[in-house]
Amino acid sequence: MGLEAYVAVSAALFALGIVCILVRRNVLYVLMGIEMILNAANINFVAFNRFGSGGIDGQMMAVFVIILAAAEAAVALAIVLNVFYLFHSVKPSAADFLRE
Amino acid sequence: MQFLEFNPAQDFRLLLLALFLPLAGYVIQIFVGRHLPRRGDWLLIGGMFVTMCITVLMFAKSLYAAYHGVEFRWHSGDDANLWFHWLYSSAQAAGGTENMVAGIFYDPLGAAMLAAVGVVSFCIHLFSSGYMQGDKRYHIFFANLSLFTFAMLGLVLADNILFLFVFWEVMGLMSYLLIGHFAHDQGSGFHGWATWASKKAFMTTRVGDVCLLVGILMFHHHFHTFRFTELWEAARQAVAANAGVFPSWMTVAGLFVFGGTVGKSSQFPLHIWLPDAMAGPTPVSAMIHAATMVAAGVFLLGRMYPLMSPEALTVVTVVGAFTALMAASIGITAWDLKAVLAWSTISQLGFMVAAIGLGSVTAGLFHMVTHAFFKACLFLSAGSVIHGCHHEQDMRLMGGLWRKMPITFACMLTCTLAIAGIPLFSGFYSKDMILMAGYERLLEPEHSGGTALFATLALSAAACMTAFYMFRMIFLTFFGEFRGGEQGGMYKAELVAHGRGGYIVYHDDLGKPQHSGDLRLHAHGHGAHGHDDHGHGGHAQAHVPHESPLNITLALAVLAFFGLFGGHFWLLQGDPLLHHSKPWFVQAVSESKLYGAEVGEWLAPEPIGEAAVQAAEQLEHSAHSSALYTSLFVATSGIALAFLLYFLRRTWAPRIASALGLLYRTVRDRYYMDELVRVTVIRPSFALASFSAAFDRVVVDGLVNLAGRTGRGLGFFSAWFDRTFVDGAVNGVGAVTQVFSSAVRLLQSGRVQQYAAFAVAGGLLAAVWLILL
Repeated sequence: MGLEAYVAVSAALFALGIVCILVRRNVLYVLMGIEMILNAANINFVAFNRFGSGGIDGQMMAVFVIILAAAEAAVALAIVLNVFYLFHSVKPSAADFLRE
Repeated sequence: MQFLEFNPAQDFRLLLLALFLPLAGYVIQIFVGRHLPRRGDWLLIGGMFVTMCITVLMFAKSLYAAYHGVEFRWHSGDDANLWFHWLYSSAQAAGGTENMVAGIFYDPLGAAMLAAVGVVSFCIHLFSSGYMQGDKRYHIFFANLSLFTFAMLGLVLADNILFLFVFWEVMGLMSYLLIGHFAHDQGSGFHGWATWASKKAFMTTRVGDVCLLVGILMFHHHFHTFRFTELWEAARQAVAANAGVFPSWMTVAGLFVFGGTVGKSSQFPLHIWLPDAMAGPTPVSAMIHAATMVAAGVFLLGRMYPLMSPEALTVVTVVGAFTALMAASIGITAWDLKAVLAWSTISQLGFMVAAIGLGSVTAGLFHMVTHAFFKACLFLSAGSVIHGCHHEQDMRLMGGLWRKMPITFACMLTCTLAIAGIPLFSGFYSKDMILMAGYERLLEPEHSGGTALFATLALSAAACMTAFYMFRMIFLTFFGEFRGGEQGGMYKAELVAHGRGGYIVYHDDLGKPQHSGDLRLHAHGHGAHGHDDHGHGGHAQAHVPHESPLNITLALAVLAFFGLFGGHFWLLQGDPLLHHSKPWFVQAVSESKLYGAEVGEWLAPEPIGEAAVQAAEQLEHSAHSSALYTSLFVATSGIALAFLLYFLRRTWAPRIASALGLLYRTVRDRYYMDELVRVTVIRPSFALASFSAAFDRVVVDGLVNLAGRTGRGLGFFSAWFDRTFVDGAVNGVGAVTQVFSSAVRLLQSGRVQQYAAFAVAGGLLAAVWLILL
């Protein structure tokens, strides 16, 4: 299997993530979409490292992203919790104060 | 007799005490009188008693001095410590003549006047405690009486004419307040009349007061002083410098000063306020008619006598004699008990003024003092009668009262004999002296003339009328059968049917004519009797006249005593009738004792040389005997006529009245003076007032309104410009911004996913652009 297959899987995952962010009516799914996009990026990192220069730079970057994603998830869940307290809803469309 | 010795330092303190006790009483009474037991009357009566004792003591001192030939004339300015520096400029040394430095001036005239004020005022206070019992404003009434007394005492004691004027004005105010006493009592029936009368008194005397002020300022302008002693001396010197003739400005200034007397002492033509002053309570009438107010005018004339030129004195004589005659004739026709006395006061004041005009200042002032006693007594007796008859004042509803009110009758008869001029009674001596002054003028070759003739005839006629109307009053009130009460109902109705002539017509606030008599008839009708309002309820027979309580009769007795003995004291040098000595007043008061030796000599020069002395004695003797015969004749004829018409042949009087017709009606309606004043003064004043009101409304208000309207119009334009252009520009900017922003606004939906979609779309576009181009 060549690089194209990996990139295709990554692109598909990315596209699914984007769609998930844009269309889901639940903030938790939106967070999951973000995780999918990050993991699409991770696949790219690892794939390009495998078919590229060699070494473990790609893998390292992927590990960083995973850590970053964990931290982001923690912060995001805290925000979601607060949003829920504030709006009594987990719909992203409910939190529309920015409109004003 | 050491306490009768003249002792200025001590007397000064006593006089100040006598002066300020009534003032202190007034202040206390105004603030706490309402809460005191008996509403504070005992406080003021007590204070007035002390004042009376002091004034009588001082009077005794002056008599003592007079009979021992000691000068009794004292000015607190003689001792610099006893001055009150009121106003003085630093440019002048303290005590300079330009400065207004007030002090106390005390002479035999002041002593006599002060004693009269003290005694009369005390008696009136005592009387009021019975008469005004139950009045709503009892404590205020007493306070005002006290301040009234204070003003009169101050006026007598003032050593300069400016302070005299200050007290003069205070008295004007107090008369206003006291005459209008019932104006606050809507239910009294006197309400409208009292309001009107107090205003009338105040406004009428104001005319005189303005004249007096002008006179004072004229004298000050020329003589640069207000003090009496300095004014007299200045006048003497001014006349000496002018070759023994009064400068003409002094005549003018003297006439202005006399204007003050005309107003205050109610001489023609300003006499119209005094008869209406009886709208006040009877003690107030007594106060105004006897001790204060009207006496002040005569007192002023006595003080200013050396400043009056012969021309001015001629006017004084004519006005006084005319007033005496006119008022006496009106007194004959009056039916109201108090109105008779009011007209008699005006008439007697005319006597005093005429006497001073005739050059006999002592006679005028003597009559003022004796009159104070017997007139106070007469008024208070009238008050007692009115009180006893349950506030009926019409003599036609009285009669036969002597049996029911013996003490009142005795007092009133005593004083009526005094005012009628019967020998041994006080009024005889003073009136005799006035007639004597007229005869002296008439018999003296260089002074004889129309004025003296007119004065002598008018005063004699007035004296005859006085005896007549006073005894008419006595016969109508105390003799015959009682016409009031229940059996008087028919008589009363008859009076109403035939019109009650002789009543005062006054105009209420709306300008509608009102009759004082009719009002009273309403107020004291048979059913709603005003009697119980006035305190001494508990009568089984409310309509039967009764004698008054002790505090009223006591006051009457004291005054009647002075009315009887006020003219002659035989305590010191024997009976004047037996020993042909002069009355006490002439012994105590003469030109040189009043105005000082120099001025006195100038005013009444002693005859020099054997022949001149003999001629003067001859003149005095013939004048004296003429006056004596005249006064005896007119008094007895007046009394006899009254006896005939009102005791023996009671039906004759109405027939004479109807026979006289128009003449009678003219006199009864007071010669239409009030109507004349209404047409000549009041109507033009009102017309002027309404004209100036119209001018104000049309022209002044018009200008102001025009300015206002112009400003308003300009404001409207400015507001329109602001709204249209300035606001338009600002709103335009806003509107344009809003139009543009409304398009952009659509992007800001506030929905996170939409924003994310935009971001993705932007990213895609960027990618497409990068890849394809």
